[in-house]
Amino acid sequence: MRDHYDVLVIGAGPAGLAAAQTAASHGARVGLLDAQPRPGGQVWRHDVQHPLPRDARNAVDDLHGVDWLARHSVVATESSSLRVETPQGSRLLSYGALVIATGARELLLPFPGWTLPGVTGAGGLQALAKQGWPVAGRRVVIAGSGPLLLAAADTLRKHGAQVVGIYEQANAGNVRSFAAQLRHWPARAWQAAGLRLRLAGIPYRFGSFVRKAHGDDCVQRVDIDTPHGVQTVACDLLAVGYGLVPNTELAALLGCALDHSDIHPRVQVDALLRTSVANVYAAGESCGIAGLAVARIEGALAGHRAAGHVDAARALLAPRDRERRFGALLARHFALDSRLHKLADDLTLVCRCEDVRMGELTGFTDARAAKLATRCGMGACQGRICGTALAELGRFPRSGSRPPIFPARLATLAGLSPLSSDDAQRGS
Amino acid sequence: MSARIRLTVNGHPVEVPAGASVAVAVAHVTLRFRRSVSDTPRAPLCGMGVCFECRVQVDGVAHVRACMTPASEGMQVVTDA
Amino acid sequence: MTVAAATFDLIVIGAGIVGAACADAASAEGMRVAMIEPGPIGGGATAAAMGHLVAMDDDPAELALARYSLRLWESFADLKEAEFSRCGTLWVARNDHELAAASQRIARLAAAGIDARPLDAAALYEREPALVPGLAGGMLVPREAVVYPPRVAQNLVQRAQSRGARLYARRAQALQRHGVRLDDDTLLSGPVLVATGCALPALLPALPMRARKGHLVITDRYPGFIRHQLLELGYADSAHGDADSSVAFNVQPRPTGQILIGSSREFSANDADVSPAMVQRMLERSFAFVPGLRNLQALRVWTGFRPTTPDGRPYLGAVPGALDQWVAAGHEGLGVTTALGSAKLMVDLIQGREPAIDPAPYAPSRMAA
Repeated sequence: MRDHYDVLVIGAGPAGLAAAQTAASHGARVGLLDAQPRPGGQVWRHDVQHPLPRDARNAVDDLHGVDWLARHSVVATESSSLRVETPQGSRLLSYGALVIATGARELLLPFPGWTLPGVTGAGGLQALAKQGWPVAGRRVVIAGSGPLLLAAADTLRKHGAQVVGIYEQANAGNVRSFAAQLRHWPARAWQAAGLRLRLAGIPYRFGSFVRKAHGDDCVQRVDIDTPHGVQTVACDLLAVGYGLVPNTELAALLGCALDHSDIHPRVQVDALLRTSVANVYAAGESCGIAGLAVARIEGALAGHRAAGHVDAARALLAPRDRERRFGALLARHFALDSRLHKLADDLTLVCRCEDVRMGELTGFTDARAAKLATRCGMGACQGRICGTALAELGRFPRSGSRPPIFPARLATLAGLSPLSSDDAQRGS
Repeated sequence: MSARIRLTVNGHPVEVPAGASVAVAVAHVTLRFRRSVSDTPRAPLCGMGVCFECRVQVDGVAHVRACMTPASEGMQVVTDA
Repeated sequence: MTVAAATFDLIVIGAGIVGAACADAASAEGMRVAMIEPGPIGGGATAAAMGHLVAMDDDPAELALARYSLRLWESFADLKEAEFSRCGTLWVARNDHELAAASQRIARLAAAGIDARPLDAAALYEREPALVPGLAGGMLVPREAVVYPPRVAQNLVQRAQSRGARLYARRAQALQRHGVRLDDDTLLSGPVLVATGCALPALLPALPMRARKGHLVITDRYPGFIRHQLLELGYADSAHGDADSSVAFNVQPRPTGQILIGSSREFSANDADVSPAMVQRMLERSFAFVPGLRNLQALRVWTGFRPTTPDGRPYLGAVPGALDQWVAAGHEGLGVTTALGSAKLMVDLIQGREPAIDPAPYAPSRMAA
């Protein structure tokens, strides 16, 4: 099965939705695909219990004129087309223009106890709660860094969790200065005020981070390093995330240049979001972490550009640049404390797929040599967790992207459908 | 109240709301989603398809990411822990 | 200005599994050894290889070298890092014609002292229920094994280092009259052994070498899905034929429970990129023999290059027309199997002893003739 789109958008978060809707508004034949079953990405993830905010609902519902391709996962690139896995089988989708809106994932750092069941990312537990994860009545510790901690707390509280505390690694001065700067973005300031109101009564501590999680079969208590010493807090769930990193694997596989000026690469684009590869554009968090507003504007910008309407794209430059400055503000005020680099000891598992301990990596200075000797990064997550963490900890950068960019059925790589259970029985 | 979906996890019947993921169904029964290669129990970490800690067997197919898979009626889920 | 060169009894260039084995064997005899490797140890063809220890019987010389090496490999059976797994090799016959041909191979292997047995269809399916129905039978070589080549290479290098061998993490820039110059202009003095595989022409352009690209795919863990290294009996036609591109059914159970799927051969592909078309061809071949593979999760695909000489045999011996220059390279797809025997043979030649097997078929001088 081969399908062609004038504009194919990868990722159905705010950037991808805006790109698809905008390109379709110019009459282009548009496909929008995402590995998730519903559009919305992470920030607008479908919630089984609560309706989305109105603007999110509008964006998610307004897919008029767009082919919505749910549970489509890009696994490899072929000439001007993408090999895609779906639950039904394999598809080859070709495109005139491509918009990469692959968003970001959470930065998760190793610490003793982080492999215990019940320890999740902060955005991770938020995503699970929206899927229906039983959090009602559970005691949750939220820790890590950035405004996402508050958003996660809000979702969890709404789902009936008892949020024991929010522990932000940035110090109080930085967080206060960040809050003061929000006046330049009134919508954000308003949002933050609403959040604070809803989270009133939940301790929000600064200069604090999780040192260790304890428990037998699952997390039971955590040691938290605070400016006033180490506290031990009992909990049922620990949600800890250190901000976001761009998802650049698809861009890398397509041959798009990445910007390596920060620890974690981002897709390099020109002012109007063209990557180094012709007809390939990128928008939103994959081009650098800056939040929802940037994603929506850049999505629209890339949608105009991919559909050939450069003037309409150009008109969005000023608001985009203004919102991008928020990303710099975030990075500056929530820069990670260097003590976080020392949380993992020699016995802490760093590669959770292959169970490689930190101490086994002593002496290695590049990801490939370490992988060949220890299996670090050889597992199913393909180094997304450990490789990103090791880069953050200053050990070595993650090694390059190779197909499949996510594990995929062998049948998909062969361009075939999976075996039905009948076939499988005949074959065994 | 929205529709409910009935499935089994390690043989136990479980009911979840429509739209819930397989991960949610598993969490109602156990937090031990899989055994790691050095035999420690694991459960979802990222919640969004990146970490592969939530792999379970769904209708006989191994290594399915529970957080990426919508629960469906009659599904048989088996954990490895 | 001249800096006094460090002097060694042997300078091994290249720390793939062949170079590493040579450095290990030389240092074991008390020779003062230098190793030169700019990349990770075992990071080239060694890292890309399947790590199947297998005797191919279609060339008597290769068979002699393989048999010699396979015995030496037994000393690694208990080394944890080697991940030695004696899964045996099961050659699959699609029809009675192939099954009949297998009996000749069994006889040749037996003559070389390698245990090989015929399997009828029932015995085949008892051992490997995942095979497609309708196969005629096969040939089992029960003592063969698989290893993890890069860690073996690392282990060999560490062993050599523990005996005093020095590792230079540099590139060898040029061979000198009695030694080698590194890319930082360091001079090392002493007999040189070039074991740089596909990169051989950079230092020894007179010895023809082609890079033969291969693809491999590895899956997530499915313990017990298959139990033996599985190959089609037609494999040798792909491996030793001269077709510009070919694929063969060649599937391996890793000790982790992962399935490693090969194999492809391409002469004219010079870039290391994964070719979707080759991967498709290779996988379709494997599905034809093991249909259930289709539903398994692939984790990674990679490529590698086999160093291939015009006659398919490695160069093992003195560099023609040069003094104190030796070469051990060009093992095509059998470098892991034959590395240990190649190294013993090389050290015997360098020390002026008669090797345990006849070195004549591998003499690099055959190219000059």
